[in-house]
Amino acid sequence: MKRQWLAAPYIVWMIIFIVVPMLLILFYSFTEQTEYGIRLTLDHFRRFIDPIYINVLLRSLLLALACTVICLLLGYPMAAILASREYSRKKIMYMLIVLPMWMNFLLRTYAWLTLLERNGVINSALSMLGLPSLDILYTNEAVVLGMVYNFLPFMILPIYSVLSKIDQSVIEAAQDLGGDNFTVFRRVVFPLSLPGVISGITMVFMPAVTTFVISRLLGGGQFTLIGNLIEQQFLSSGDWGFGSALSVIMMLFILASMGIMNKYEQENGGALW
Amino acid sequence: MKEARKMAAIFLILVMIFSLAACGGGGGGQKVSTTINVFNWGDYIDESVLTDFEKEYGIKVNYDYFATNEEMYVKLKSGGTDYDVLFPSDYMIARLIKEDMLHKLDFNNIPNIEHIDDRFKNLDYDPNNEYSVPYMWGTVGIAYNTTMVDEPVDSWNILWDPKYEGNILMMDSQRDSIAVALKKLGYSLNSRNEAELEQAKEELIKQKPLVLSYVGDEVKDKMIGGEAALAVVYSGEVIAIRWENPDIAYSIPKEGSNLWFDAMVIPKTSQNKEAAEKFIDFMTRPEIAVRNAEYVGYSIPNTTAIEMLDEELRNDEVAYPDLDSLDNCEVFEDVSDVIEVYNRIWDQVKAAH
Repeated sequence: MKRQWLAAPYIVWMIIFIVVPMLLILFYSFTEQTEYGIRLTLDHFRRFIDPIYINVLLRSLLLALACTVICLLLGYPMAAILASREYSRKKIMYMLIVLPMWMNFLLRTYAWLTLLERNGVINSALSMLGLPSLDILYTNEAVVLGMVYNFLPFMILPIYSVLSKIDQSVIEAAQDLGGDNFTVFRRVVFPLSLPGVISGITMVFMPAVTTFVISRLLGGGQFTLIGNLIEQQFLSSGDWGFGSALSVIMMLFILASMGIMNKYEQENGGALW
Repeated sequence: MKEARKMAAIFLILVMIFSLAACGGGGGGQKVSTTINVFNWGDYIDESVLTDFEKEYGIKVNYDYFATNEEMYVKLKSGGTDYDVLFPSDYMIARLIKEDMLHKLDFNNIPNIEHIDDRFKNLDYDPNNEYSVPYMWGTVGIAYNTTMVDEPVDSWNILWDPKYEGNILMMDSQRDSIAVALKKLGYSLNSRNEAELEQAKEELIKQKPLVLSYVGDEVKDKMIGGEAALAVVYSGEVIAIRWENPDIAYSIPKEGSNLWFDAMVIPKTSQNKEAAEKFIDFMTRPEIAVRNAEYVGYSIPNTTAIEMLDEELRNDEVAYPDLDSLDNCEVFEDVSDVIEVYNRIWDQVKAAH
């Protein structure tokens, strides 16, 4: 315990950049500046109870959910391929997954913009091949595509790290006991990989539900998500009270989903983070 | 223990870097060389003039961008900034004056004001011309691709025509987009009437399925690339778009539109008013105004400079229309007394689905 002071810088960091801002957000969301000073109010939360805003929240959750499911469906097999010992090009594959993350996320999203445009790269290629053009920029699909593209590595990597640590003898034992490939996967591999799956889901869902850049660029301002709504309150309307209330609601959702995930993880044992 | 010492050293270095950075940002007065912080619209200057200014006056320029007047206002209002020169539009200048956020200018330091056309002085937003020096001006209208639109474009109604579904670009700017709907309905674009504004909201929500995207500066690339048929734009953008794509035409709808002025002002946060005035004077110098005009395409209010402009640009009716022909255009007024209504309406339009 004598090295506890080593944590001091991090604690200071956390207080300044996490705890204080959170308290400020809470403060703004429950108060209102009037001529007579600051007073407590629930108006900002009451304003949220409007079909338009609720729909924005639902849409954000739905798109993030779609993104998470697609990431899981694409990411799990990918992680399994990476983890399998027979696969010889593992290193190259791993590099290809990690490499894009070294580039700025905004640049990569801008790149999608030029790819997906009506007269963009993809459509030029399609029309050269005589195929019908694809008109998906500024639609839900484009937003989900952008999310999946950006967040897929966050699904693959945790699953891969869990899968590659599974003791091979456990799998061999299952096979010796007569399990076919599917049974071995269903009864042994998948349950053992659950911590990775859960942390992958959390790491994809959280940023997806709060994103505002992807929906701004690929949704073209047509698809307001909760992140955009919050951004708008702070950057152009200057309504910090309502913006903070929206942030608090968002945080509640995130805390709730993390709580569910944590509980699930404890029941299954073996947390990754 | 060695490791611990290393950690402590790293921490100390970090602290030092941060405190140095903090000094650099907020120091202001005591520094040896002067620095001014300029806050302007994106893509609204020939940036090489900044280097020339730095060389000539030995004043360093920190240059920063905003995308809408509202964004600039919120940033200014929330504090922590020390901008010396801003480039807001008419109605925002009126609001900043009303809220006592601007310095009065000392025109002894801005002799180049003599080059500014008298018609651009003493406008309603700054009636005695004490706070601002006009930078550029223009109108709002519809830019359209003549290869995609056959009919004459003379009314805002075309932006509600289902024929152009997915081919319309609107502005991602609260005042400008609401103004289009208000004008379509035949109301003033300075409406303070909640019922009229609600109607404008309904129009914009009705239009939303037809709109490809709500854009800012990207409108230029989109129109150049033929990504959309119709776009609501500031007149100056059309000049720049046409340099790359001659198929684009511009029309000011018959219902009337917005006539706007962007001007340079000095906010009270300025630590260096005199240097800021030098900068404004420099920007008003005819040779510099010409360089900016020929780079960004927008119209300048500088009589001397206009005569020095490239002939084609000077005679372009989009850039330099006869001011008298713009009778049905209104200038934005400050509506900050009903700004909550504007904010709410814009929120709801953007969030609607």
